[in-house]
Amino acid sequence: MASSYNAKEEDGQLSGAAGSGGVGAAKSKKPDNTAFKQQRLPAWQPILTAGTVLPAFFVIGLIFIPIGIGLLVTSNNIKEFEIDYTGSDPASECYNCSQTLTWNSTKPCICKVPFTLEQSFESDVFMYYGLSNFYQNHRRYVKSRDDSQLNGDKSSLTNPSKECEPYRTSDSKPIAPCGAIANSLFNDTLTLYYINPNGTESVVPLIKKGIAWWTDKNVKFRNPGGSNSNLTAVFQGTSKPVNWRKPVYELDTDPENNGFINEDFIVWMRTAALPTFRKLYRLIEKKNNMIPTLQRGNYTLEITYNYPVRRFDGRKRMILSTISWMGGKNPFLGIAYITVGSVCFFLGVVLLIVHHKYGNRNNSAEIPN
Amino acid sequence: MGDQMQWARFRWQRLVSAEASYSREDTFSSRRCSTTYQPSRSGGKHRTVIPCLARFNEEYEKVSKSYMNNSIRTTKYTLLNFIPMNLFEQFHRAANLYFLFIVVLNWVPVVEAFQKEITVIPLVVVLTVIAFKDGLEDYRRYNFDKQINNILTKVYSKKHQQYIDKCWKEVHVGDFIRLSCNEIIPADMVLIHSSDPDGICHIETANLDGETNLKQRQVVKGFPEQGFEVNPEKFNSRIECESPNNDLNRFRGFVEHPNKERVGLYKDNLLLRGCTIRNTEAVVGIVVYAGHETKAMLNNSGPRYKRSKLERRLNVDVLWSVVLLLLMCLTTAIGHGIWLNNFAEDPPFVVPEPNGKQTQPALAGFYMFWTMIIVLQVLIPISLYVSIEIVKLGQIFFIQSDIDLYNKKLDSTIQCRALNITEDLGQIQYIFSDKTGTLTENKMVFRRCSIAGVEYSHKDNGKRLELYQDVDSDDEEYQTGTLNTKSDLKAQSCKTLNRPRSSSSLNTLTDRCPSLHVGYAQTDTHSPCHMAFSSRMERDVVPDPQLLRKYNLISSPSFMPDESSESGSLETKYIIEFFLALAVCNTVVVSYPNQPRQRARFPDIGRTPLKSLEEVKQLFQRFSVRRFNTPSSLNGTDSLSNSTSSFTSRLSIFKTRTKTPTLFKGKEENISESSQKDQPSENQPPCNIEYQPEVEEAAGSLPSKSESTTTQPGAGELNYEAESPDEAALVHAARAYKCTLQARTPDQLTVQLAAVGDLNFQLLHILPFDSVRKRMSVVVRHPVTGQVVVYSKGADSVIMDLLDNSPKDDIQLEKILRKIKEQTQKHLDDYAREGLRTLCIAYKVLSDAEYEEWLKLHFLAETSIVNREELLLESAVKLETNLILLGATGIVDRLQEGVPETIEALQKAGIKIWVLTGDKQETAINIAYSCKLLRPTEKVVTANCNSKDCCEVLLNTLIKEIGESVHGPSGGPGSGFSLVIDGKTLEYALHESLVETFLELTKQCRAVVCCRSTPLQKSQVVKLVREKLEVLALAIGDGANDVSMIQVADVGIGISGQEGMQAVMSSDFAISRFKHLSKLLLVHGHWCYTRLANMVLYFFYKNVAYVNLLFWYQFFCGFSGSTMTNYWILIFFNLLFTSAPPVIYGILDKDFPAETLTRLPELYKSGQSSEAYLPSTFWLTMLDAFYQSLVCFFLPYFVYADSDISVFSFGMPINTCALLIILLHLVLESKTLTWIHAVVLIGSGLFYFVFAVIFSATCVTCNSPANPFGIMEKYMSDPVFFLVCVLTTVVALLPRFLYRYVQSILFPTPTCKAAQFDKMTPEECSREIKA
Repeated sequence: MASSYNAKEEDGQLSGAAGSGGVGAAKSKKPDNTAFKQQRLPAWQPILTAGTVLPAFFVIGLIFIPIGIGLLVTSNNIKEFEIDYTGSDPASECYNCSQTLTWNSTKPCICKVPFTLEQSFESDVFMYYGLSNFYQNHRRYVKSRDDSQLNGDKSSLTNPSKECEPYRTSDSKPIAPCGAIANSLFNDTLTLYYINPNGTESVVPLIKKGIAWWTDKNVKFRNPGGSNSNLTAVFQGTSKPVNWRKPVYELDTDPENNGFINEDFIVWMRTAALPTFRKLYRLIEKKNNMIPTLQRGNYTLEITYNYPVRRFDGRKRMILSTISWMGGKNPFLGIAYITVGSVCFFLGVVLLIVHHKYGNRNNSAEIPN
Repeated sequence: MGDQMQWARFRWQRLVSAEASYSREDTFSSRRCSTTYQPSRSGGKHRTVIPCLARFNEEYEKVSKSYMNNSIRTTKYTLLNFIPMNLFEQFHRAANLYFLFIVVLNWVPVVEAFQKEITVIPLVVVLTVIAFKDGLEDYRRYNFDKQINNILTKVYSKKHQQYIDKCWKEVHVGDFIRLSCNEIIPADMVLIHSSDPDGICHIETANLDGETNLKQRQVVKGFPEQGFEVNPEKFNSRIECESPNNDLNRFRGFVEHPNKERVGLYKDNLLLRGCTIRNTEAVVGIVVYAGHETKAMLNNSGPRYKRSKLERRLNVDVLWSVVLLLLMCLTTAIGHGIWLNNFAEDPPFVVPEPNGKQTQPALAGFYMFWTMIIVLQVLIPISLYVSIEIVKLGQIFFIQSDIDLYNKKLDSTIQCRALNITEDLGQIQYIFSDKTGTLTENKMVFRRCSIAGVEYSHKDNGKRLELYQDVDSDDEEYQTGTLNTKSDLKAQSCKTLNRPRSSSSLNTLTDRCPSLHVGYAQTDTHSPCHMAFSSRMERDVVPDPQLLRKYNLISSPSFMPDESSESGSLETKYIIEFFLALAVCNTVVVSYPNQPRQRARFPDIGRTPLKSLEEVKQLFQRFSVRRFNTPSSLNGTDSLSNSTSSFTSRLSIFKTRTKTPTLFKGKEENISESSQKDQPSENQPPCNIEYQPEVEEAAGSLPSKSESTTTQPGAGELNYEAESPDEAALVHAARAYKCTLQARTPDQLTVQLAAVGDLNFQLLHILPFDSVRKRMSVVVRHPVTGQVVVYSKGADSVIMDLLDNSPKDDIQLEKILRKIKEQTQKHLDDYAREGLRTLCIAYKVLSDAEYEEWLKLHFLAETSIVNREELLLESAVKLETNLILLGATGIVDRLQEGVPETIEALQKAGIKIWVLTGDKQETAINIAYSCKLLRPTEKVVTANCNSKDCCEVLLNTLIKEIGESVHGPSGGPGSGFSLVIDGKTLEYALHESLVETFLELTKQCRAVVCCRSTPLQKSQVVKLVREKLEVLALAIGDGANDVSMIQVADVGIGISGQEGMQAVMSSDFAISRFKHLSKLLLVHGHWCYTRLANMVLYFFYKNVAYVNLLFWYQFFCGFSGSTMTNYWILIFFNLLFTSAPPVIYGILDKDFPAETLTRLPELYKSGQSSEAYLPSTFWLTMLDAFYQSLVCFFLPYFVYADSDISVFSFGMPINTCALLIILLHLVLESKTLTWIHAVVLIGSGLFYFVFAVIFSATCVTCNSPANPFGIMEKYMSDPVFFLVCVLTTVVALLPRFLYRYVQSILFPTPTCKAAQFDKMTPEECSREIKA
């Protein structure tokens, strides 16, 4: 883009000076001769000429391609492992569980899925559960919650918002936490075992704190009653969500992770944007610089299969992933940058040729301003 | 009688404009109409006015109570009803109803998309903004009304039996009101008393129509006799008049005296509200219409509303948006139904109804349709209408502040009266222009004349005019004192030569130094009122030496019969009569500058100047003697008088001087002589050009003259206030030959004749000018001969037909007369060819018997209430027969400065210009050549036919001829065709069957000149071309006869100038000079159009691009109407974050600088063909919007697919990208960016970020479910967020960037090229454009 600075000679007059010019004279209708009123403000004209457009293309190309390469490399360095444990296939381990399970089942169904990591995961590992075809972004579903109840508001606790209907009350007692989102809380329990080369199983330690946003955990979600640690008393007179097996104050034994501030609950309550999504489940911290977080080898995923997805053709996955500055593994952004950069570069070359061929017709266009 | 009145009104309504616009044909046709016309419901309604007096109490209560009182209220609202009324008004707009519909829809639980309060925001914002604006306007009106209503005036109180002060608002119909000089008339009232002994009163109607000349009003007949001041208590008549109407030029009714005697009332008896009493000490009137029923108020019809071409186009595209919206909603609805149908059982994320049941998929789909209308509401660019209004206000602000459209002389700049058609100015394809006053100055200057078949070329006069043309016209303001000095011819010619230099130097002086003006203002006490009077250029006429010699011979007694031939003596008589006619045959009002607005008159009419009567008689008898001497005696007087002793004694004095061989003697001698004379006016040497009437000297001989002439030092500068500039020009011309109109009263005219002094003509009748007769006449009684003389002047075509053709006894005389007629006709043709306006002057002497006979008829006509106009017309036609031709005048009407250049530029811009004029064909063609409308290189075809068949044949021949020459080998570039058509032929051509042919012909012609056309034809032509060719037509004119044309055209432009304000009042834009049209159209019009068109397109783009983001998301949320954006940001996105930049873009963008647009009028063509806003550009923009929204949605989608991103976190990068894309798109589309653009663009972006950050930092639990808490903070620290934004923005804008570039490189349109012309010379430019 050429920047032809189009500064027309300014009239020395200012609007004020012109207005009060004639002393005692009758007010003239003569308009003020100012650059603004006469539309003569100095202006920058974005003129597209070869002299400006071609460098622009090359510059974009030259900047985008390295960024893209950087992103792609970063993404490729991220190690990710994904395993589907839905059990829709009769041959899979969780087939039985998935067939019999309903929301109302009382007997826990446990299945074990073995898997092998081909590569060792060197840095901290994030453990996700992934759901597919689960529309957490449905308009009415998204609405079905009461933020003030979750923020610890006493009155909302006993009288939840109407938005929670029909999961607002149960047996004429207010539901805490109310609404469809809370009601459909993901309640599979995943445990990871490392099968030592000698055949023994050892539990991989999973950390359940720090998986929610700090702001959510510390500001947005509050248990009613403030510092009152006796949650059972606080939630007295409320009912558990219909699909839950246990009330909200029994989600965890740790009082810092119980009730509304249970991190699994908080993570679930941040509804996913797309029907295929993953949510952070646990963290696996690197303990020792010498040993990788997850060694290559055989593992077993033990699932307490509570969450039915079969009736809406949902899929459940467990994902293990290392993390980088750009988040999880995503080659798309890198590829996109490289593509766009290349396209721009290519266009630059094509336009250069075109310009050389036809440029003679428009010499004036070449003059960079 | 009522029916008749109704009929008359009907006719007047048909005629649209005022008197000037009615043609003979129309009179006849309406007469035919009258037989079939059925009185309407209100037929026969008229009002009775009962005087507000104690003894009429009962009747007054009964009748007058129902009439409106004089308080006015132009406000729409009161304090109490403002809110409901304003809301009611606002909800009349479709746009607001749409908002309301959305709000209501959102309150329906099953379709509710957002929280209820959120959808109310746009509605509330729009309503508040408009209510605020309305309220402010109304308050201003309220204050103005209050001020007006509380003006005090003297009203007769029946209780106190005297005049007491009352506010205007307390005036009622039937009240007597006494007004003094310079007071404003509070209501329409019938004049029943004037302090003027003649029962006349002068009013200035500047408030009403802007005309500053004085108008006479007449006391109702029968009242002036009632003594010194009319006593309301003695008034016992009642008034019947028509119901209130808005026709300023008509008033009918009668006064019924107790004895059942009726006296007619007409326009001349009515004082109109808003006018100012001038020159009259006191008047008393009885109110007939008050308040809103006054003619002034009825005429006051607020600003005009027109819909521009662009807006019509826009509405089509809004409809397309609606279609698109419905399509999108339908897609979602069906999608939702199918999606729901896919689930065998209810999944946990499909929330059941509160009652626990699930909605049927079909019903859910139906609900979804409405939900989506709420969600996608932004697609209908409702804010576009508000933005367009704001943009147009901004555009008008800039048009009005353009210093190039400012006329320093009139201290007036352009007035934009229609606020919403600025962009039409950029798309004009046809201009229909009036000639007189529009292309020309309408400053008539006497140029030359022909008397008795002898042409007097007035060479010096011509030279003078040329010189004037060279110097800046500003010096016309300046009154030089040197003109008052008496000088001989030599000095005169010397002065003429010196003028340009001196005046231009003075001109520059006056420009720089206002004190000079002050100095002159002292000598001329009402210099601000100049416009009312003729400029000096018009006043000064340099007499023709030959004519002057002849003329002076008459006035000098040395002129003896033996010195002249027989025809010569006839010629001499003609010369005298010619100048008398010029001075007498008009309606000019004389006033003195020293006494502003004091009409010059001699109050004591009875006291005729003693000195002259006898001598004058002798002078005229001298002619009679000669007349008798010639064999062809005309109307001989019976007394062949011998020279009386006094005459001979005076004669001897003259002889001593005039016998000197050279007529041109030194002035010292003359002055010394003149000092000895008691008749100095006769003593002037023949060559003495006198601009100042000898009032002072005359006063010496007339001691009883009015104080106005004697007491004022420096008095003598007479001012003539004429209704038409032609009249003034003629009076000034007569004055140059010292035949000076000194004073005028309703029944007397005083003319100062150089030779004899003051002559008092008894003014018997004035038969005013009208466009049917095309002439005017006055009937006077000659003071000397005592005969009744009719002086007529008018268009040559009519006067020539009215000449006395009866066979004379005397063959020689007949021959002479015929020769005169032939010669005059020849001269007339010459004048017309020269571009002069011609008038014929004729007269006739009536015998007393003839006069008596005619008078009876005329009296009947005058007193008739029914059909008065027709009868008067008939009576006038009866009188104006058998005239004797005296001569003809040629008046020059200079072209306005810059007209040829303007026309050339407009033609280059591809605008077809038609000139519609009432002038003669030759005059019109000549003017057309001189203003470069016609070019010598091209063929001018003229169409003059006398029958329809002839016209048809002619038109077809012309088409063929033109077609052949265009396609033939000879038809090279540069040779074009222009059509000249006269009124008669035009009438045939406008006939239904020939219209197509006519238009076909005109399409081939570059310019069309319609001469001799009537106002009705003008508007017919405009309407026809506009409708049949579907083009945008502009009409420009300055007079009342252009009003209908201006109203019919898409854009009507009035020129505020000489001919009052009627054209301006009916126009959309009012300019003061024709040359301003070129900047108005080529620069402002072009800018306004491109700006608005681009802004509209941008608005569509913006809305579609943004709304589609929401639409794409539906495919990933089960078509559930979910949005990934925070609702507040969603609503504010359109309302706050992206609303200001397009408005600034619409007001300030300039595709080319003003200089380029003026230099290359060809650039205007892009607007004519609506290049900026075609259906194709619209769909291209839509396509781009679709592409951008796809990029803006799917790039982030792929980046964040299968991640743990939450709904409203996902919206954040998308929304930010959308904002960046939309703002940068504007930068890409803008042709110029100033600091204002920068501030607004950066401000909008920053505003968004600041809002989002603060919102997401503070809103912990608010705004459920779209709680933004913590989102912005989290993503602002995420590098991927920025990488996504950069990538998306680049990818989205790349195609348009490329398109713009490729367009400018490979396919440079003239528009693109011109951007580079700024750096080229004009020659290169024109070469490039031709290439």
